[in-house]
Amino acid sequence: MTDVRAAVAAAFRDEWGRIVAALIARTGDWDLAEECAADAFAAALETWPRDGVPDRPGAWLTTTARHRALDRLRRAKAGEAKLRLLAATADEPSGAPATRPDDDRLRLLYTCCHPALAFEAQVALALRTLAGLTTTEIARAFLVPEATMAKRLVRAKRKIRAAAIPYRVPPPDQLPERTAAVLGVVYLLFNEGYGATSGDGLTRPELTREALRLAALVVELLPDEPEALGLLALLRLHDARAAARTTADGELVPLEEQDRTRWDRAAIADAVALLRRALDHERPGPYQLQAMIAACHAVAPRPEDTDWTRIVQLYDQLLEHQPTPVVRLNRAVAVAMADGPAAGLAQVDAVAAELDGYPLLPATRADLLRRAGDRVAAAAQYRAALAVAANDAERRYLARRLSELDPP
Amino acid sequence: MDTVDQRTRYMLLISADEDREPDVVNEEGLRRFHEWMADLERRGVLRAHEGLYPSRTATTVRVRDGEVLRTDGPFMETKDQIGGFALIECSGIDEAVEIAAGHPAARFGQVEIRPVR
Repeated sequence: MTDVRAAVAAAFRDEWGRIVAALIARTGDWDLAEECAADAFAAALETWPRDGVPDRPGAWLTTTARHRALDRLRRAKAGEAKLRLLAATADEPSGAPATRPDDDRLRLLYTCCHPALAFEAQVALALRTLAGLTTTEIARAFLVPEATMAKRLVRAKRKIRAAAIPYRVPPPDQLPERTAAVLGVVYLLFNEGYGATSGDGLTRPELTREALRLAALVVELLPDEPEALGLLALLRLHDARAAARTTADGELVPLEEQDRTRWDRAAIADAVALLRRALDHERPGPYQLQAMIAACHAVAPRPEDTDWTRIVQLYDQLLEHQPTPVVRLNRAVAVAMADGPAAGLAQVDAVAAELDGYPLLPATRADLLRRAGDRVAAAAQYRAALAVAANDAERRYLARRLSELDPP
Repeated sequence: MDTVDQRTRYMLLISADEDREPDVVNEEGLRRFHEWMADLERRGVLRAHEGLYPSRTATTVRVRDGEVLRTDGPFMETKDQIGGFALIECSGIDEAVEIAAGHPAARFGQVEIRPVR
């Protein structure tokens, strides 16, 4: 019985997105697709314990979901064209070698991440339709009431229908921009989980986990896109250090103080190999460059072994792709580590005007001033940082630094 | 395989700061505008298109408690005002965005795309 449940759970992980994507492609109806996919899994839970797990669970589920969709459409007296479309494919085995078996999921991914949808809607749709999270789970992950998330999903689907957002992989002229948007959704989802912008915890592992899954899916669907590989490598490098990043009671541990024996060395090696595959394409982009920076940290046995000069060079290259103040601030930190805090602080000052209100600006200044030995100025900056910190774990970290500066 | 080959109607609501009107009616602006119209003709998507007199010519009507209330001016007093509209029928949101982005006023004002029921 537990074996059967495990089989259903595994099939859910592997097949949900595929089944939903195929049904949307054939019916154009997102709700119908989700409901029929859910029905198929419910049917599996009912019949597999009795009849045994089918040889090809994916094919069984796909066929069941399609039959369910046909039934529903017949009962709803849907147009003949739609029925024919669905019936024509109803009995073909799952994973039948089409030109590209994953076209449906790829189309679903691009449609979820269409720029005519708000970012929150894009993420919610991708998690619901591709990753199979329930509305309740998505609402919990984003700390919003379930009714709010349900409304967001309904609105997004309504907009797809009303505004005729196409269910397709965009044509070549739009592809680079749209692929960047897809990667951006996955990246922001991961960041939201890795440095939670709200809530009492520092991280929300359920978000990072789903972002990692989606990033792997994007690589599976776009195997020749170096930035997709770069993004997956980047996220895995961050994730490999997650265990050392917080203490047991949820305190933030800065990079230089982390217990590097707790980093997942095997995962780091895998991510670096992935990054090499990306770099082989010789089309560097922001995610590959960020992954290279993350790799510089990840492969250093001790903080003092970090190749900061190399990191500064990588930030210079990153600035060519992303000339943003936040990247310049990060570069300033690398400069401080390579050439001393004074050089770094000068760089921070140069970008400060553009980062008014950015919580990490005073925190960065404070850390550099502390390294420079200017306790009074550092304390003032820690206080300023405390006032704008995003979550409680960050606040506790800043408070600790502050208390170390002015002992009672 | 594209799921459904349907055409969708959109209303393009073109708005901008009315003080920038000279930018539209100068030679360069008119040239761009004619190019835009020619593109719409080529695509065969145009169902209706009109430009409007400025918002100071507007009259806004409300009925409250059975009484007809007239206000001189547009229903919303904002810097940017609707200056024209186009009803198009095209292949989907991507084409609608392409068309909207081609309108000269999109360079300093904006074009709101609304699917038509």
